[in-house]
Amino acid sequence: MTLPMKQHLIDPEICIRCYTCEMSCPVGAIEHDDNNVVVNADSCDECMACIPVCPTGSIDNWRIVAEPYSLEEQYGWEELPEQEDIALAAGGDTDDDDPIAALLAEAHKGAGGRPVAPASAARPSVNLYPLSKPVAAIVQGNYRLTDDPDHDVRHIILDFGGQSFPVLEGQSIGILPPGEDAEGRAHLPRLYSVSSPRDGERPNFHNVSLTVKREPGGVCSTYLCDLEQGAEVRVTGPWGQTFLMPQDPDARLLMICTGTGSAPMRAFTMHRQRAMAGGDGDMVLFFGARTPESLPYFGPLKKVPDTMLKKHLVFSRIEGQPKEYVQDRLIAAQDDVAAMLSDPATHIYICGLRGMEEGVERAFTSIAESIGEHWAALRDKMRDDGRYHVETY
Amino acid sequence: MLDLINVSYDTQIPNNVGLSSDRKVLKALERWHPGYINWWNDLIPENFQKSDVYLRTAVSVDPKGWAKFDYVKMPEYRWGVLLAPQVEDRTVPCGEHYGQPAWQEVPGEYRNMLKRLIVIQGDTEPGSVEQQRFLGKTAPSLYDLRNLFQVNVEEGRHLWAMVYLLFKYFGRDGREEADDLLRRSSGSEEAPRMLGAFNEETPDWLSFFMFTYFTDRDGKMQLESLAQSGFDPLSRTCRFMLTEEAHHMFVGETGVGRIVERTCQAMKEAGISDPYDIDKIRDLGVIDLPTIQKKLNLHYSLSLDLFGQEVSTNAANAFNAGIKGRYMEQRIDDDHRLTGDTYVVRSVRDGTIVTEDVPALTAINMRLRDDYVRDASGGVGRWNKAIAKAGVDFELKLPHEGFHRQIGVFSSVNVDPEGKILSREEWEAKSKDWLPTKADGDFIQSLMVPCYEPGQFASWIAPPKVGIDNKPGDFEYVKLHMA
Repeated sequence: MTLPMKQHLIDPEICIRCYTCEMSCPVGAIEHDDNNVVVNADSCDECMACIPVCPTGSIDNWRIVAEPYSLEEQYGWEELPEQEDIALAAGGDTDDDDPIAALLAEAHKGAGGRPVAPASAARPSVNLYPLSKPVAAIVQGNYRLTDDPDHDVRHIILDFGGQSFPVLEGQSIGILPPGEDAEGRAHLPRLYSVSSPRDGERPNFHNVSLTVKREPGGVCSTYLCDLEQGAEVRVTGPWGQTFLMPQDPDARLLMICTGTGSAPMRAFTMHRQRAMAGGDGDMVLFFGARTPESLPYFGPLKKVPDTMLKKHLVFSRIEGQPKEYVQDRLIAAQDDVAAMLSDPATHIYICGLRGMEEGVERAFTSIAESIGEHWAALRDKMRDDGRYHVETY
Repeated sequence: MLDLINVSYDTQIPNNVGLSSDRKVLKALERWHPGYINWWNDLIPENFQKSDVYLRTAVSVDPKGWAKFDYVKMPEYRWGVLLAPQVEDRTVPCGEHYGQPAWQEVPGEYRNMLKRLIVIQGDTEPGSVEQQRFLGKTAPSLYDLRNLFQVNVEEGRHLWAMVYLLFKYFGRDGREEADDLLRRSSGSEEAPRMLGAFNEETPDWLSFFMFTYFTDRDGKMQLESLAQSGFDPLSRTCRFMLTEEAHHMFVGETGVGRIVERTCQAMKEAGISDPYDIDKIRDLGVIDLPTIQKKLNLHYSLSLDLFGQEVSTNAANAFNAGIKGRYMEQRIDDDHRLTGDTYVVRSVRDGTIVTEDVPALTAINMRLRDDYVRDASGGVGRWNKAIAKAGVDFELKLPHEGFHRQIGVFSSVNVDPEGKILSREEWEAKSKDWLPTKADGDFIQSLMVPCYEPGQFASWIAPPKVGIDNKPGDFEYVKLHMA
């Protein structure tokens, strides 16, 4: 669990104990005794299914907490505690989250169903800084990662100063570009997956890095790629509660990405490297790009030992060589991939351009068949177990 | 594929049961529809029919879609047929068929029993709307007026829910029963509603709040036990109705709570500490706590009667047949058949109240009533907290279960609120201290003057802590149609 977090609570003075929320909670996070109805902070995933069914309005209460209130504490309440003075803009307006929820749902739809976080994932904080109350971050650095005139990919490091911005690998943050659109409305935020691990780009500094590709005509990517050191950026979030890494050291990671889709994979890898210094990482990466020059983090990646991370760097535009895409390499390595597919410790992550989904699905279908599995069924089971994650754009 | 979550509007009747491809039932419902609209229009005064009311309407049966708030003119409310999604591989949860697949059609041997349960449930829904028909004229605020109408339109929808089952599964008899649901009328000499409590009038708003707290809670318990039915369509209907029923509990609990709060506040402001200083308190334009206790005694005891005989073979048969379960049946850790079990019931023997063990199967009503008492005592505790917080020395109490009973073992004796059996003379001498008198009713009636200014409340009730749909205090919940 990253702290501080935003905790869902029920106002005991207004609640009438009809238990409608409890019955509508899909994860069983709500329970009651004779006195109060309470929310378990460990299991609530903020899906909001309980909010509209409440007849009283007691359900929609939130506190930013350094330590979540336990069930015992909540059972003893006669009224809600005041918001404690935590050095944070108090988040609140849940209406705010809707555009973000829509963006995330769109990005995750390739998983073919409701995504579920890995069982052993740390609990993420979300919406500490809602759209209406973004936090200011300072650009610490902006480095070009690629040596390809058509592919300007940047490594941008943001520092939140003394403000707490806890973020887990795989989560995203929202960047609010300045200015307005053609109709005079403020721009909606763009989501970027963080590429740094939870303790910071630099260990224990809690700064955050992003991997951003300059898109022709892209309002936000142009803004970010042109940022100078010292500039101020408005950030909301953190966001995302399912595309997270397992904490279980025995979990195996199969990561497939293209381009800036490498951001969460970098974060996962760095976290495991720091957490298991020298140990066996049990991670496999399939990373596609046009050329080595356009593959972000090519240099640093090469230095990660194979015992930590087995790397398949796949290129589609090398002169004199046939085009190779990640799905081709998956097939080429199908014995290893099949072994991982049949291992219940395996967690799959796919991140990159939407176009990669189809080829990857096809490769998985064929590999699953080779071990007598039906891919759609296997994928649905893995997803429901929190072991299959897709984030594409 | 049939969409069983979202409400379809492809027929006159919004539904999630694929009505447009079920011509027979659709035709029957369309024939019944005008009679229903007439019944509704005759009941609610015309200017309210033309008013815009901020109501919630279900557009789907999943949590995201069943509470869409907007202004609606009540005759245009989207009454419809909404069933909770089917649970895959559901089994009969109790009785001799325990564990067998739940029935999607009516089992022949239980047809009459099922029909009777559905008709009784269906009869209470329009009954309560009829009882409450005059309340709009004396609403203490637009907020309360809106809540009254929300309760009313949802009771109307619950009637639809039962009528759908009658049309869909009971053929000709079902159609006749559905017509009779509109023919009977609360308090009518010739054709009264089937249960006593639904023929009592609801003369004032304190009665309304007590009714929604105590009597609708009986409805909730009945729905809970029907939601456990092995007849799956009934179970699904009741499960969705329960989500709506929660609002009625809310109106009752907060309504009484706000009256209690206002009384305590007025006493404090006037420096009155004795809650029995009734005349002085009434002069403040608020309802004294002892009178609130009397109303509580009345509505609680009438509601206990709705559970029927403590020991009942009908209830045993319904449970054994798997037609009606117990409250939270799935969470009960036993064999769900009750063949060898016993249950403790209270009974009257030789002029004293005794407890005895009876076969659990015959005590199904008693058990549900015990669950009800537990459920109902929660809100009373909250009201008492508000009284204590205001520093007033008074405690509201649920009277003894034998107090003022017309049905069941206690109907043959007079029992005081503490549970002591009294002689007829003692009862007659004392009952005016326990039940509202005509003078009490007259006083409450004198306070019933409408307050239709947005954000304003009558003298005897405090504003709510939170608005409906999180609206601010001065929100215009009803845009009154001015003739």
